[in-house]
Amino acid sequence: MSDVIRLKKGFDINLVGKAEKRLIDNIHPDTVALVPDDFVGMGRPKVVVQEGDLVKAGTPIFFDKSMEEVMFTSPVSGEVVEIKRGEKRKLLEVKILADKQIDYLEFERYTVSQLASLTKEEIMPELLRSGVWTNIIQRPYGIIANPQDTPKAIFISTFDSSPLAPDYDFIFKGQEQFFQAGIDVLKKIVPHNCNIYLGINAKAEVSKIFGGTKNVILKKFEGKHPVGNVGVQIHHVSPINKGEIVWTLNPYGVIQIGKLFLNGEYDASKIIALVGSEVSSPQYYKTFIGANIEKYVKGNIKNDHVRFISGNVLTGHKIASNGHLGFYDHQITVIPEGDRPRFVLSDGWLAPTDRLSFHRAFGLLSFLNPNKERVLDTSTNGEERAFVVTGTYEKVLPMDILPMHLIKAILANDYDAMEALGIYEVIEEDFALCEFVDVAKQDLQAIIRKGINMIRES
Amino acid sequence: MKFLHKILEKQRPLFEKGGKFERFFYLFEAGETFLFTPPTTTAPKGVQIRDAIDLKRLMMTVVIAMLPCLLFGMWNVGHQHALAFGKEMSFMDKFLFGAWYVVPMIIVSYASGGLVEVIFAIIRKHPINEGYLVTGLLVPLICPVTIPLWQIALANIFAVVLAKEVFGGTGMNVLNIAMTARAFLYFAYPSQISGDVWTANENGEVIALGTQGLVDGYSGATALSIASSAGTQGKPVLEAFAATWSEGLFSFWNLFWGAIPGCVGETSTLMALVGALILVGTGVASGRIIVGVFAGAYVMGWIFNLLSSNTFAQIPPHYHLVMGGLAFGAVFMATDPVSASHTNVGKWIYGFLIGVLTVIIRVVNPAYPEGIMLAVLLMNVFAPLIDHYVIEANKKRRERRLVRREAI
Repeated sequence: MSDVIRLKKGFDINLVGKAEKRLIDNIHPDTVALVPDDFVGMGRPKVVVQEGDLVKAGTPIFFDKSMEEVMFTSPVSGEVVEIKRGEKRKLLEVKILADKQIDYLEFERYTVSQLASLTKEEIMPELLRSGVWTNIIQRPYGIIANPQDTPKAIFISTFDSSPLAPDYDFIFKGQEQFFQAGIDVLKKIVPHNCNIYLGINAKAEVSKIFGGTKNVILKKFEGKHPVGNVGVQIHHVSPINKGEIVWTLNPYGVIQIGKLFLNGEYDASKIIALVGSEVSSPQYYKTFIGANIEKYVKGNIKNDHVRFISGNVLTGHKIASNGHLGFYDHQITVIPEGDRPRFVLSDGWLAPTDRLSFHRAFGLLSFLNPNKERVLDTSTNGEERAFVVTGTYEKVLPMDILPMHLIKAILANDYDAMEALGIYEVIEEDFALCEFVDVAKQDLQAIIRKGINMIRES
Repeated sequence: MKFLHKILEKQRPLFEKGGKFERFFYLFEAGETFLFTPPTTTAPKGVQIRDAIDLKRLMMTVVIAMLPCLLFGMWNVGHQHALAFGKEMSFMDKFLFGAWYVVPMIIVSYASGGLVEVIFAIIRKHPINEGYLVTGLLVPLICPVTIPLWQIALANIFAVVLAKEVFGGTGMNVLNIAMTARAFLYFAYPSQISGDVWTANENGEVIALGTQGLVDGYSGATALSIASSAGTQGKPVLEAFAATWSEGLFSFWNLFWGAIPGCVGETSTLMALVGALILVGTGVASGRIIVGVFAGAYVMGWIFNLLSSNTFAQIPPHYHLVMGGLAFGAVFMATDPVSASHTNVGKWIYGFLIGVLTVIIRVVNPAYPEGIMLAVLLMNVFAPLIDHYVIEANKKRRERRLVRREAI
């Protein structure tokens, strides 16, 4: 069991601006926002509050009409100040003015020994109405799990290998008992033969938080990014076949579940990392799900021509300097915008460059110094083209999947081929590195999502 | 250089929708992106950073990898000329003699291919593809120096239109474009691209028999044609090589070095290997294919040794690797990622079969002494089939997993 699964494929992106292990916990966000678009695959949300309503942490804000029992609840207590809608009344976000002192909606509290005697029937309603169910993501599709489904396994990756990722041992420090409680609760709602697997980083020392967890199977992984992606870990332990369902959670979600049952609260506070080359002092902050980032980044950014990213540089999304942290994100990355033309001979396509590249083609020198921390901007470094090069995606996708052919099957609307080539096993993040290294500059993550949606709707 | 970009950007409205030169938008864009990497940034969703590579840089790498073959080829044109006429020429003289005739070939090739590219970009409204940077240089390298320039132009136009643009441009083609150009010439104008057409006289034309000043016993034949005719006459090939008009011309090491008659860029195995080193070292071309071709040719040569059907079949297999265009074709033609096999396993098979077919065509078919051209084109057609089986194997593995699970 202590065998290490070693992955040879992948690519580590070393960027400037790693967070120092220093926690700032005295900044309080003005507002938090719940954004339906953060929940991939969400149907039509129905809002159950009105502007001006006072809510507590854990009060339902909206639910998805196609899965009505799963509540999306307020991360903080305060006043609903804005329900923003776009075209065709599409719900864009629900903004809540956060109280300084969080008032929690009360849920049933249990001691550790009481937990052991709980039944699935007692647990499920709590999970669903409190908002913690949103942490359970199902594969295939990478969407919020359907409470009616029975998974064949649960996977939790306990480390993040993406660029400038927060250190999970730091952001979840001292949460062992909640993590264990969360695991125990999850164990109760799945059949006996459904194992919970923890993906452990073989390179780091045994984690205090995760190493001693009971009722789980530890799987050690070693390799380059995307070794920390839960999809990659599933593929090497218990790959998903057609008709099977696997649930995945971030450790944060497990801890949230644990807190719900031990403390009787929906605790949406989280520690995030503010990272990137444009951050003056990259460090950790205590905040809440969906927090407005303005107060956190203010005064800590080197210049103003930058991009704020909720999440990491591979899978995150652009937000405004006063935008809100994505629901599932644990980091804010700030990098320079790359919107300047570059002359061919000085720093264009005929000039040698130290810009990071997975490739070693003419003039790309970054391979000489792979461990150097680099400043990368948002330039696409070239224009979109047809697929010409073959064999590169394969080098950064550590799965027995033919990435190019899966992509082409999606583009050709070939449902059978998509299915046979492994669409059930992947989500966007697994193709993020393929998209990064792509010579043709195609939007592979978007293509993968398109394919997943096609299969879902078929 | 900012001012230049500003000047260019000022012209942009002219080319955009509603502008005076709207039709030429992609031409404008090609020009601008040639000079400047555009200031586009990543989308709000998806990767926020991109690799420093782009297709232009990639194609440039291939062009650079071809330079050793090109420069050597220029020298060799002069060298062959000097040999034929028994002239004393310095290294520089030979090189300049070759350059004088090869450079126009390149210019014509780029101009004709580029023109078609631009016309299609305007009509079909797609960006101008960088692929022609490579094709434009490949075509002159696989023609004899004596070829009429109009034939190069015609071949380029034919190949770019029929092998590439009708399929939708770079990335969509089924056949290797440069090889299609050569095949076109081979079947349309065989007298200018086969026979003893490889060595140029003073005017860059084919040396006519009985020309004054020729070395005694001169023949412009290539190693392959000598081997082929020796095969039909039942003479041992190596003896025929040894009995040639210029001493040591067809010794193994001279064949490897490449100071022999042949197409401009294909004669030197050594220079092709230098190119291979660049391409594989930079990760631009697949080493699997290159090794596959050489292995396939060697194995097939060895099998022919066993069969020993004629004297050509008896030639030591390693001679196959240095004769004709095998090395050049293996490195620069077979590795074209678009027309080759796309899967890693498929690349081994694809390369190997090209090598095998090349030798079969050389030895068995007296009509085509050079096999690599047809072998590459044939395998281009079969590459999707090879991939199909590799892909099916991948699907089967997934299916078996499912069946196994259901059995539990």
